[in-house]
Amino acid sequence: MVSIGIERPGPRLQARGLTKRFPGVVAADKVDLSVAPGEIHALLGENGAGKSTLVRMIYGVLPPDGGQIHWEGRPARIESPRAARRLGIGMVFQHFSLFEAMTVLENVALGIDNPGAMADLARRVSEVSASYGLPLDPRRGVHTLSVGERQRIEIVRSLLQNPKLLIMDEPTSVLTPQEVERLFKTLRQLAREGCSILYISHKLDEIKALCDRATILRGGRVVAECDPSEETKGSLARLMIGADLKTAKRRAETERGPVRLTVEGLDLPAESLHGTALRKVSFNVRAGEIFGIAGVAGNGQKELELALSGERRAKDAGAVRIQGQEAGHLGARARRRLGLGCVPEGRRGHGAVPDMSLVENMILSGYERMNLLSTGFIKKDAARRFAENVVVDFDVRAPGTAISAGSLSGGNLQKLIVGREILQTPGVLIVSQPTWGVDAGAAAAIHRALADLAAKGAAVVIISQDLDELLETTDRLAVIDRGVLSDPMVTAQASIEDIGLMMGGVHGPAPVHDEALGSRRYAV
Amino acid sequence: MPFRIDRRREMSRGLLYLSPVLAVAMTVLTGFALFAALGQDPLPALYHFGISPLTTLYGVSELLVKAAPLITIAVGLAVGFRANVWNIGAEGQLTFGAIAAGVVALNFWGEEGGWILPLMCLAGVLGGMAYAAVPAFLKTRFGVNEILTSLMLTYVAALLLSALVFGPLKDPAGFNFPQSRMFTDSALLPIILAGTRLHFGAVAALMIAVAVWVLMTFTIVGFQLRVLGQAPAAARYAGFHGKRLIWICLLMSGGLAGLAGTFEIAGPIGQLIPAITPGYGFTAIIVAFLGRLHPLGIVLAGLVMALSYIGGENAQVEVGLPQAATGVFQGLLLFFLLASDFLVRYRVRLARRVTE
Repeated sequence: MVSIGIERPGPRLQARGLTKRFPGVVAADKVDLSVAPGEIHALLGENGAGKSTLVRMIYGVLPPDGGQIHWEGRPARIESPRAARRLGIGMVFQHFSLFEAMTVLENVALGIDNPGAMADLARRVSEVSASYGLPLDPRRGVHTLSVGERQRIEIVRSLLQNPKLLIMDEPTSVLTPQEVERLFKTLRQLAREGCSILYISHKLDEIKALCDRATILRGGRVVAECDPSEETKGSLARLMIGADLKTAKRRAETERGPVRLTVEGLDLPAESLHGTALRKVSFNVRAGEIFGIAGVAGNGQKELELALSGERRAKDAGAVRIQGQEAGHLGARARRRLGLGCVPEGRRGHGAVPDMSLVENMILSGYERMNLLSTGFIKKDAARRFAENVVVDFDVRAPGTAISAGSLSGGNLQKLIVGREILQTPGVLIVSQPTWGVDAGAAAAIHRALADLAAKGAAVVIISQDLDELLETTDRLAVIDRGVLSDPMVTAQASIEDIGLMMGGVHGPAPVHDEALGSRRYAV
Repeated sequence: MPFRIDRRREMSRGLLYLSPVLAVAMTVLTGFALFAALGQDPLPALYHFGISPLTTLYGVSELLVKAAPLITIAVGLAVGFRANVWNIGAEGQLTFGAIAAGVVALNFWGEEGGWILPLMCLAGVLGGMAYAAVPAFLKTRFGVNEILTSLMLTYVAALLLSALVFGPLKDPAGFNFPQSRMFTDSALLPIILAGTRLHFGAVAALMIAVAVWVLMTFTIVGFQLRVLGQAPAAARYAGFHGKRLIWICLLMSGGLAGLAGTFEIAGPIGQLIPAITPGYGFTAIIVAFLGRLHPLGIVLAGLVMALSYIGGENAQVEVGLPQAATGVFQGLLLFFLLASDFLVRYRVRLARRVTE
């Protein structure tokens, strides 16, 4: 164990030899971890490296099979999250535990141990959310909130309990750069006040900018402990995945073909009270081009995804044209026949059926284009071959194609869905949040596959809240804000600050209440 | 906390099929205690309830007579349940189908011809479908919950049947009893085992179960229905026509319930009477779940539930158990089944502490 320093007190949290076995795999193998008071400690590793298992043991969700946890110098038995919270450990999970039918406030009240009077709690929620730049209306129903907004509930809920150790699992994936900066300020302030932070992220820049120390996991073992500021992004990545990151290769701009997707004046009313209406969304994407849609969660990305995939139809048939054909009035199946592919934001239960096998999940969107039917009957062998191709081509780590999709990890499931759509050789591919919650290795593979697809002449649309991702992968991008899409800009000429400001135009500290704001305002 | 409950990563296949067996075993055990509490000697009571009906050929044939409608209806219901379409009104669709078939039979009363039975079956199926079309329309058009509408329509159908057999369809030579004329031979199902009431409906039930199994397992329609039930958003993503699938579920389950009603009046009953079903439409719901919503499982489950009818009657005669025993047994079975199903997705373990 590396000692933290002479003048500092002993570690707040120390784990020694923590081990957790699942059938067939050792998810955490004698892991040592030490977090000092006031330290921001990064936990770095690919999906399946054991990060989640480790923090779940610390937070009392999983009982370890071996090893010890010491809390402030004393051995601790953390039998439940409640016990963890009593010690002063808070956690913001990557997958939220929220009741959809309840309001933000009710969810906060349910998630903490001594909620007190609701009116008082509402005030505290507002205070915390305001001071940490996490705008949140306590009265709104959770089912109306986007992924990003839901995450804010989790963050606020943890901060309300004044934790001594805050575990954050990929907290920034849905925030604007400005919001990330503000969150970092908050975290640094918390750290100065003595709170330790265990910070899980795949974003190497963030870890370099924020964290004092890093523990790097690979295959359930600690492979390194380091000071991230002394490492380069590349060296961290090498430690994490044991190989150099392969970045997507973009091809030259000149090779673009005809327009494959045209969206013109697309209007779509909000589906629910707190949904976002799309207003006069227009853009087009050429063959060979990757077009990005940036924006903060809840500004119409979900609606745009559904309007493009055909899950919601437009009134005007000409609002969406796929390879020249009017498709606005068509449903998802008919659009697929025109050559559309789609990878939705939600994987479990939207892009894939968790309780069905990988083979059956191939049939879901591929049965027509992959010719998997014969007079209404499913050609099981053809479907299995298709699944096997996807598994091999996209390096889906699965023990077979008969297992349920729900048993795959997030990254592998996403590779499966992306692979299923790409192998259908779509002329137009819509991808929403392609690498959300996906480890760096899988993310790079997905980006490479999207670039390859574009290189073969498809038009690709990536809707993402991860600006770095869009800057790395797209040719042009536009920002969606309150259902209005900005004029597209060439990615190579766009600055992260400008885009961030556009994204934060409404959700930032000083809301602009100007209904007349059109796309002009965002012109580059 | 001495126990902890964990969600399984994968459904337990073994327990999925074991849980009905567990439920039956728990029901028998509870029945044992129940009979003892009623002052009966449990062993003979259970023997008369569960075993003695199976010791004679007649008993077995009666078992099949009761199982046939249960299986026919449950197979149809299971299709809907798989797709999250909750048709609770099979009892009403059975009744309405029986009325339609009965009207055909009475209309051609005394006539002969091989076309009368098929026509009755057609009328029965269409009647059940038409009756199920009401909740289907209300659900797809206005979003009305089909559980409520289909259930409520059950009572409407029962009253309609009463009104008909007390009125226009009453047997003119029937001494004012509320029942129709006895159907003539051409409107009666052939008996497949001489000396018993076992009719063609039992064979039909088996064929229907196989056909629905093929539909659900090997066809795209079955696949779409399963996706709709497990992940509605994925069904929308795939572009499956949700409303059409809801119609298919309700029409199919309604049609099969109507067919079961037709078999009842053209088989063991032979006429229209105010009470043509001892609750087959409701019991079939239990059968569907007991059979894991799987057509072939439903065949087995139908036999088990039929035994509860026969056994109840038998135990009533032999050891004087109250008639309610049948209902209690059916209720217990469903209760235990739902309880054991919990184990398919969750595991219960002794809580362990962090090792020091």
